[in-house]
Amino acid sequence: MKLEAIKQVKGTAVPVAGDDIDTDRIIPARYLKCVTFDGLGLALFFDERFGEGGKPLGHPVDAPEYKGARFIISGNNFGCGSSREHAPQAIIRAGYDVIIAGSFAEIFFGNSTTLGIVCVTLPDAERAELMALVKKDPKSEFMLDVEARTLTAGGKTYSVGIKDGARKAFLDCTYDSLAQLLSGKDQVKELEAKLAYRF
Amino acid sequence: MGKNLFQKVWEKHLVRELPSGQSQLFIGLHLIHEVTSPQAFAMLRELGLKVAYPDRTYATCDHIIPTDGRERPFADPMAEEMMQAIERNTKEFGIQFFNPESGAQGVVHIVGPEQGLTQPGMTVACGDSHTATHGAFGAIAFGIGTSQVRDVLATQTMTISPFKVRKVEIKGKLGEMVTSKDVILHVIRKLGVNGGLGYAYEFCGEAVENMSMEARMTLCNMAIEGGARVGYINPDEVTFEYLKGRPYAPKGEEFEKRKEYWKSIASDPDAEYDDVVVFEASEIEPMVTWGINPEQGIGISETIPAPKNDTMKEALEYMKFGAGDKMEGKKIDVCFIGSCTNGRIEDFRMAAKYLKGRRVASHVRALAVPGSYEVKALAEKEGLDVIFTEAGFEWREPGCSMCLAMNPDRLKGDQISASTSNRNFKGRQGSSTGRTLLVSPVMAVAAAVEGCITDCRKIFGGVK
Repeated sequence: MKLEAIKQVKGTAVPVAGDDIDTDRIIPARYLKCVTFDGLGLALFFDERFGEGGKPLGHPVDAPEYKGARFIISGNNFGCGSSREHAPQAIIRAGYDVIIAGSFAEIFFGNSTTLGIVCVTLPDAERAELMALVKKDPKSEFMLDVEARTLTAGGKTYSVGIKDGARKAFLDCTYDSLAQLLSGKDQVKELEAKLAYRF
Repeated sequence: MGKNLFQKVWEKHLVRELPSGQSQLFIGLHLIHEVTSPQAFAMLRELGLKVAYPDRTYATCDHIIPTDGRERPFADPMAEEMMQAIERNTKEFGIQFFNPESGAQGVVHIVGPEQGLTQPGMTVACGDSHTATHGAFGAIAFGIGTSQVRDVLATQTMTISPFKVRKVEIKGKLGEMVTSKDVILHVIRKLGVNGGLGYAYEFCGEAVENMSMEARMTLCNMAIEGGARVGYINPDEVTFEYLKGRPYAPKGEEFEKRKEYWKSIASDPDAEYDDVVVFEASEIEPMVTWGINPEQGIGISETIPAPKNDTMKEALEYMKFGAGDKMEGKKIDVCFIGSCTNGRIEDFRMAAKYLKGRRVASHVRALAVPGSYEVKALAEKEGLDVIFTEAGFEWREPGCSMCLAMNPDRLKGDQISASTSNRNFKGRQGSSTGRTLLVSPVMAVAAAVEGCITDCRKIFGGVK
């Protein structure tokens, strides 16, 4: 595992409007039939992007002006629904590593953090401003400063919400938790031995 | 001030606080299935790690498995590959696998409890958001992603931050044909799909105390649909009775000893809560959803509300329904009874009681999918399969089936399904324009028989 600390992210943004964008929309269940996460980027938002017979529906992620974006701007309760890690895997494999939303569903938030996707929150009015900005000028550069908890775009700096634990993990490079967990092996053994139940 | 169950169980499983400020929590029972585990095992192999506590890890297959037959190889080569992966992984890492041949295969959240694996005072994790189901026993159960499945396999622990606890009290007695499914749809409607963010829900009150274990599992199962990753109910005699004699439950003296532990972790009478919400059972009607998330539901006598936001507008457009419409009378194409929400023996008993001697409307395709082989065997012993098939239902092999349509059971085009499952998201049941109406098993049977959404109390009133 080679992890790098995440301090700042720079790039353009794609608007994905709507509240309650659930994990079935992020990646329909039929794409969960896989034994590796490779190639899942292509399945991102699939049924919102393509209609019958593969007809493109004009989803913003397919619009040429938003090609190469690293930020997704969306609504409230992003990532609600299933615990499938395939959803953030599809997002990061499609090239996005920051999501700006009103709020995030918890399991999705945890899964995303582990993968190094930074999930930050902004109130409705400020997200609406950013949506308007990228619709007007898709090439507007966004700069997220994880340490300072700020997002700069369109000549304005916004204070973003980012959970303390996630922020610290990005800065300390411990967002993939396995190494930390493994280092507590002896304490785990001790606790397990005292537990009131086993099979 | 006393403690609530969440706090007590958390303390007993807390390994340590991590430098990130998160906690390292021990997981007493890890359940896995074929869809969210293969990548986790691949990561273990890559890192040269073993499963730390294989005797605390149990596997089944449910999501992709066909329910119309069990012949191998499966017709879908990807499904076959995933099945082979879990067979190989469980064998290589020494994990008990409840495969179809074992007679114990089924939906993971049905298998755990019926095997007696799920017990009060445990921490449970599974790579599936409906893991909250196990909270019905007074366990703290978390749905997790694949990287966390890897973490739990490798260390039997995971990183997590503690939750706030909201007490959700259902006062009084439920009305006739009002089930725990209606209760949870009502709670989600009132508190919202993200109302539970950051919370564990403790369900309590007279209506909950009067519920069977099966009904309690339905209630906790959908906590996540209200944004609460964890839902639980304090264990009581109903819980202990359910556990007695189950294969993995303690036996004899050990059972009595364990019971003391189970009782000790229940919330104290003077426990502290971060929030308390009270609902009156008498105000809850049979529910039906009209939209594209579980909050968009109404009592059967109500009409679809006027849209207050874009999500509601989007829902009406997708569902092709109008504000002010009654759900009563909406024609259905498919009826699906099953899933981790309503695929237990009691659900089939309840459905069969009202279905007996009736016929499914000729234009409706009706599927009854038992949640496990044990449910199926019990139902068949009681003759329920005959009631279903004579009424025109397909009686299937156990699996998740049309809840998420990863196997061949799917809606076609914009068909409408009256479904006992848990999610009415766009495209959830396998067609990107398919429409799902979430209901209880009684409401599902009423819809199947009438061919349209119906108030079950009107047609089944007086059935003994």
